[in-house]
Amino acid sequence: MSGPSTYVPKSALGRWFESRLPVMGLVHSSFIAYPTPRNLNYFWTFGAILSFMLGAQIVTGIVLAMHYTPHTAFAFASVEHIMRDVNWGWFLRYAHANGASMFFVAVYIHMFRGLYYGSYKAPREVLWILGVIIFLLMMATAFMGYVLPWGQMSFWGAKVITSLFSAIPFVGDSITTLLWGGFTVDNPTLNRFFSLHYLLPFMIAGVVVLHVWALHVVGQNNPAGVEIKNVQRDAVPFTPYATIKDSFAVVVFTIVFCWFIFYVPNYLGHSDNYIEANPLVTPSHIVPEWYFLPFYAILRAIPSKLGGVLAMFGSIAILAFLPWLDTSKVRSGAFRPVFKVLFWVFVVVCCGLGYLGAMPAEGGYVIASRILTLLYFLFFLSLPFIGWFETTKPVPATIADAVLAKSGGSVALAGAAHEKP
Amino acid sequence: MKLFRTSSLLAAAALAFGALTMANPVMAAEAGPTPERQNWSFAGPFGQFDRAQLQRGFFVYREVCQNCHSLSRVAFRNLSEKGGPEFSESQIKALAAEYPIKDFNDAGEPIERPGRPADYFPKRYPNDDAAKAAQGAVPPDLSVMAKARSYSRGFPLFLLDMLPGMAYQEHGVDYIYALLAKGYTKADDEKWNAYFPGHTIAMAKPMGDGRVDYTDGSPKTLDQYTRDVSAFLMWAAEPKLEERKKTGLRVMLFLLVFAGLLYFTKKKVWADAH
Repeated sequence: MSGPSTYVPKSALGRWFESRLPVMGLVHSSFIAYPTPRNLNYFWTFGAILSFMLGAQIVTGIVLAMHYTPHTAFAFASVEHIMRDVNWGWFLRYAHANGASMFFVAVYIHMFRGLYYGSYKAPREVLWILGVIIFLLMMATAFMGYVLPWGQMSFWGAKVITSLFSAIPFVGDSITTLLWGGFTVDNPTLNRFFSLHYLLPFMIAGVVVLHVWALHVVGQNNPAGVEIKNVQRDAVPFTPYATIKDSFAVVVFTIVFCWFIFYVPNYLGHSDNYIEANPLVTPSHIVPEWYFLPFYAILRAIPSKLGGVLAMFGSIAILAFLPWLDTSKVRSGAFRPVFKVLFWVFVVVCCGLGYLGAMPAEGGYVIASRILTLLYFLFFLSLPFIGWFETTKPVPATIADAVLAKSGGSVALAGAAHEKP
Repeated sequence: MKLFRTSSLLAAAALAFGALTMANPVMAAEAGPTPERQNWSFAGPFGQFDRAQLQRGFFVYREVCQNCHSLSRVAFRNLSEKGGPEFSESQIKALAAEYPIKDFNDAGEPIERPGRPADYFPKRYPNDDAAKAAQGAVPPDLSVMAKARSYSRGFPLFLLDMLPGMAYQEHGVDYIYALLAKGYTKADDEKWNAYFPGHTIAMAKPMGDGRVDYTDGSPKTLDQYTRDVSAFLMWAAEPKLEERKKTGLRVMLFLLVFAGLLYFTKKKVWADAH
């Protein structure tokens, strides 16, 4: 896909620099000449949207950190100070808080797209696993960020989640003490969470670089699930085709993002987090942020604490094994009738778990959580068998054929003519 | 597209599933009456505060609530700032001077001096223990109260609450209004409130008709007092609400035009590739 860059800078200074550090050639081969499949749909714009969200979170976060005080006595007050006295502080905070949610909206769509179109299959296993690592880092970052305003949900959420580690045999209590920096959630906990919350986004950015690198080695998957065979017929150059499409998608996504910032900024939050943390008063109903709810439901579905913790982490870890669990020779779900149905059932199961995570852990909710947790894991465990028995639909021979079949016209080669391989 | 027909079918299944779980008796057990949705001038994308209402609401706070509750994250100067009650600067100077503020003189001795616009509303009690000793329970600070209270609207209403045209963000004020104006329904038990979780509230009915003297001809009724003080508390919790919604309109218009331009550019670029 990508070999040594053929890019030659126009200016003499550019050529002098390029022969010493070929950074312009790297950018050129990655974001200008890079061949992208011509049949990508808008679900493939979420990579760009996620990069934009990571940037937005880092920029708003750095400015917020200039005004925030990581101390139990001042944290809540400093957030109110940001909301009331800092120029554009209300915007920064609402953008950052809702930005976390939008980041997860985008990453879930990105992940479900990868799942539906089989983007995890060879040769993209490492690309997919790097994605799972990014997801884990995002979860850790979001969790620690939610603790910083030091409201009631911050405090009690931190208490519940950090206490989970005490379920680990032998070393559990020591790990919890280490996380807390003491014997309960207190000022040392807030300090280390702030420090890590600032660190992890840059680690995410580092893994994103690896993710994009891996992507550019193996090339993008596409709705047809067949590789680019003829660059002229099957692909278009990244610029201008993907750049303009991604830009449009990012702006549309930003409209949704801004709707939340400016008009319903507290919709995704919990009202209890506007009450300052009080270790002596437990909220009647402790719930995490919406993007953790499915995993929270799995945690509470298992009657034993250790079992619940294992199931919760297992529900994320199992994603890393997808490339080997799915035995089907056909990549795209569009040509897999049985998988397609199971995929949508799985989507509904995840939404159902999300709903149950927000409900009290009692009565019918517990039973429903257990059934859906079982279905969640069954989806993954059924994949090897489906791959063996499923009768798939005919897969187009090339991407160009897939585009032809859809448009019913002839594939013009003008788009690919820009590309000189 | 086939993919989406399947998805709408399954969305229907999800809805049915949601309806089933909602019918579960567990929820019904602790739910009291739900606060009624009120009409607020500040609701909706174009919502703005009603200055006169905020000023009246402040007087209700000063005459009634302030006897027990603090408003410690609000400064006197805020009351004259744009987007709030917008009292004049001279009014604020006079108002601030009514409050004794603890300070130190040049010799470093503790003194009490008249408040200035830059001061914050002083705390009603020096600490929680003092408040509890005096009142039997700690009266919560009211600075962010309108955002710190809410109630569940249940599935699927809560999903509609985020949508343009249906957006609903006023759970907190509606709860405060319902609690104060409609909650105290038992004449023989002044600590019983229909809307308070658990129904036993430490605060006895704080006011009734005629409690505060309005000079602008507004009705001197509990209903009017409650509407006004609820609106005031919403402003206290979200003083930048007007600025936020006004900025939002400009940002949205820009983004919609920008998205339109990008859409047509994208179409032109891709015209030869399909």
